[in-house]
Amino acid sequence: MASAHKLSIFRGLLTFKSNQQKIWGVLIFLSFVTIIEVALGILKPAALMNPFLGMKWLNWIFIILTIIKAYYIAWDFMHLRDEKRSFTSSIVLPLLILIPYLVFILLLEADYIYATMVNGFMAWNF
Amino acid sequence: MDATLTNQSENEKVWGGGNKPLNASYGKMMMWFFIVSDALTFSGFLVAYGFSRFKFIDSWPIADEVFNHFPFLHGVDAPMYYVALMTFILIFSSVTMVLAVDAGHHMKKNKVAFYMLLTIVGGAIFLGSQAWEWKNFIKGQYGAVETKGGQILQFVNAGTGKRVALESFAADIPTERTQHQRKNGLWFSSESALPTYSVQEVVAGFTANESLRVKTEQLDEKGHKIVLDREASLQKLNQAVYVVEGANLIRNEYGNRLFANFFFFITGFHGFHVFSGVLINLIIFFNVIIGTYERRGHYEMVEKVGLYWHFVDLVWVFVFTFFYLV
Repeated sequence: MASAHKLSIFRGLLTFKSNQQKIWGVLIFLSFVTIIEVALGILKPAALMNPFLGMKWLNWIFIILTIIKAYYIAWDFMHLRDEKRSFTSSIVLPLLILIPYLVFILLLEADYIYATMVNGFMAWNF
Repeated sequence: MDATLTNQSENEKVWGGGNKPLNASYGKMMMWFFIVSDALTFSGFLVAYGFSRFKFIDSWPIADEVFNHFPFLHGVDAPMYYVALMTFILIFSSVTMVLAVDAGHHMKKNKVAFYMLLTIVGGAIFLGSQAWEWKNFIKGQYGAVETKGGQILQFVNAGTGKRVALESFAADIPTERTQHQRKNGLWFSSESALPTYSVQEVVAGFTANESLRVKTEQLDEKGHKIVLDREASLQKLNQAVYVVEGANLIRNEYGNRLFANFFFFITGFHGFHVFSGVLINLIIFFNVIIGTYERRGHYEMVEKVGLYWHFVDLVWVFVFTFFYLV
């Protein structure tokens, strides 16, 4: 267990000397991403407020940054990087298949309901 | 005591237990599969939140207007900073947890104990922060009224555009209305505490104060809440039936009823995970101190609870995004 730590992140761009150093490195990276998120959330640059595929650019950026953070938490803090490929897949694949599917059907349905409420003959705002 | 000391012996017969498929021990693998199922539970909740949000896409409350408190900064509009702080606390306690696991690999008992303790403290601070967040959310700051159709109307100053609290303008009309309790009304029914002001008081105060406007739930195309002009405000206020202060599971002063329900449910469920994580960490911490894992020959138990702890952190990253950022 102890011997087999993979110490490179960013596809080998950055290699640490020890596992402890890697932990601090990942912490710095995660903090950096969080600071970017918070800064964007406070500034809300006007250029990013335009819609793209049903959401604002800003929201897409938030979601992508979140997934990046999730990747590094799972891969480095939860040691998925050091596990066997088959084990990693058996954990990640069900989530990668089921969650986007759930998101897709529910959000599509919600969008439909929204359209029905806006275009329907019933007044909802009273 | 024997049970906790049993070595999970390796190199046994294939069907005799102790076999490690996929190079992961039984306990670790099952912890991972629990995490997978729990992740699906949380994604169910968050997707349900997304469903309601897309359903009410043009009237959902704006998080920055709801969560704008920071300790010791009263009346200062400070959105995001507090949750960002909470996020850092949780990420940091995640780091101390990994350091504990790492120290466990090197069989350094004291270091494991020290880092476990830091993790527990971090978790406790996070829980306290969440309690404070809930307190502010439940107490509310300004108050609002609800219309017949369940829409929330808030009050703003026309000049500054800032929210105005009910207490600063509501008229004082003496009334006989008291809370219906079991002891003074029908014995089989009762009601919760009455709002500080009645609808009549709010409407009278609003009519008397020319500078006030009504802010609706509806969003304009730029994503700001629509503020009505004086005429329309007075008309809208005729439909008010209920004064709302703070938030509970039925109605909240921030907007859509589902908003508070999801807030309580999702952050509550996550907070409960953190709470049980702190408890489990505490148990493992004491086990480290009394040397259980030293005698067992490995600190895999620390690694397993570590997985759970990181998962809690992982979920918070998503809750943070979907409740506060998006």
